[in-house]
Amino acid sequence: MEGQLAHIGAGLAAIGSGAAAIGVGNVAGNYLAGALRNPSAAASQTATLFIGIAFAEALGIFSFLVALLLMFAV
Amino acid sequence: MATPKTETLSACVDSYGSAVGMPQLCGEWMSNQIFWLVITLLVIFFVLSRIALPRIAAVLAERQGTITNDIAAAEDLKAKAAAAEEAYQQALIDARAEAARIVEATKAEIKADLDAAMAKADAEIADKAKASEAVIADIRANAMASVEEVAKATATELVGALGGKTDEKAINKAVDAQLKG
Amino acid sequence: MASEAKSEGLVFHPMDQFIVKPFFGEGPIEFYTFTNVAFWMVAAIVVVIAIMVLGTSRRAVVPSRSQSIAELAYGFVYKMVEDVTGKDAVGFFPYIMTLFMFIVTANFLGLIPTSFTTTSHFAVTAILALAVFLTVTIVGFVKNGAGFLGLFWVSSAPLPLRPILAVIELISYFVRPVSHSIRLAGNVMAGHAVIKVFAGFAAIATIAPVSVVAIVAMYGLEILVAFIQAYVFTILTCVYLKDALHPSH
Repeated sequence: MEGQLAHIGAGLAAIGSGAAAIGVGNVAGNYLAGALRNPSAAASQTATLFIGIAFAEALGIFSFLVALLLMFAV
Repeated sequence: MATPKTETLSACVDSYGSAVGMPQLCGEWMSNQIFWLVITLLVIFFVLSRIALPRIAAVLAERQGTITNDIAAAEDLKAKAAAAEEAYQQALIDARAEAARIVEATKAEIKADLDAAMAKADAEIADKAKASEAVIADIRANAMASVEEVAKATATELVGALGGKTDEKAINKAVDAQLKG
Repeated sequence: MASEAKSEGLVFHPMDQFIVKPFFGEGPIEFYTFTNVAFWMVAAIVVVIAIMVLGTSRRAVVPSRSQSIAELAYGFVYKMVEDVTGKDAVGFFPYIMTLFMFIVTANFLGLIPTSFTTTSHFAVTAILALAVFLTVTIVGFVKNGAGFLGLFWVSSAPLPLRPILAVIELISYFVRPVSHSIRLAGNVMAGHAVIKVFAGFAAIATIAPVSVVAIVAMYGLEILVAFIQAYVFTILTCVYLKDALHPSH
């Protein structure tokens, strides 16, 4: 029973991946909007883009990690 | 449950050789990973900082120097080419002027020759015309004299034939008067 | 637990690929044992040496293909350090280059089928991130003395907010190595585990084609992730170093 609850928890934790997807899409979409508005400044901000994506994605990875821990380590 | 296939040597691997839990969280493997990681990082660091990076930096600096030199040389050659072009244009202009000058001189020379020849020819023609006129005048005078002679003779004969007295003086006078009139 | 699935037809062991084994034979794993971790790390050393040393051995002014790869990597990381951290940080360039070359090589070696991905283990990435964390902290205090603590005291904020912000900044500072390491290991492990799960589905004949296509697509994504995560790890190191060298916001 406890193991099955852990599996349900893992599934719930996987929702976090979708939330991270929204975050990453938000970052990339806003970057693209800004880049189209001012293309000359776009190249200098790619590093910031990747940092932003990395921060947003890290939280999704955390939720994935929680799911894995519930699946395999509980 | 089936019988185990291998002896378990680790708490993190079950009797089937599968992972128990997450292998990443297995504490007994960590010292091994850390040990080899530190060795790897040290080796890569020393190889990079002692050999690879100075070498690449030198190559890049050398390339930068070569490019700078080449660009300077290219600028130099470009300037030379421009100078040569200019000299060529100048030479062309000079040559054109020279040619024009020669053409002018030649034209003048030819004109002078032509004028001289023309004048000479004119003079010759004038001479010849004068001579011809003289001859014509001569001939005309001769012809006049002949006409007079013929007329006088004819008049004498005519008068004689008509039975008159041939008075030479009167006939001459009459003929002259007729010729003049 | 996963062991219940053993008796059924569909068998998922997505985590088995991360098991550390002795490379030669069997036996207990001591810290000096030549394991698959050790083998693939040595392979990473060999690849790095092949690219960075053997590739550039001719020192050609007009580079060959292998030499331009090395020069590309050099220029990429050098520009990153210069742009993000500043011109005074080029002394840290060999250190950052070491991190980048190791992570990118290990990530790509991990994409070889049946290989072992060293960067998928938290022990490995945690050491990398802790090394960065310690470097940043030590450099920050050596270069700025107590002025490094100004990093946590946001002078542009209103005065009553500053203690609260200081606590938040302090927490975020100490969470840095955690997120720094888990981001790398998590991304790599997630991709590999997902590929393994799809491979498990390939046992069912009807969905095997879908599964194979999905594996190919995931593999393409993994190639991207292998590079992007190395890039992100490196650029975050540069950002943290910038904080240490110029702590004023």
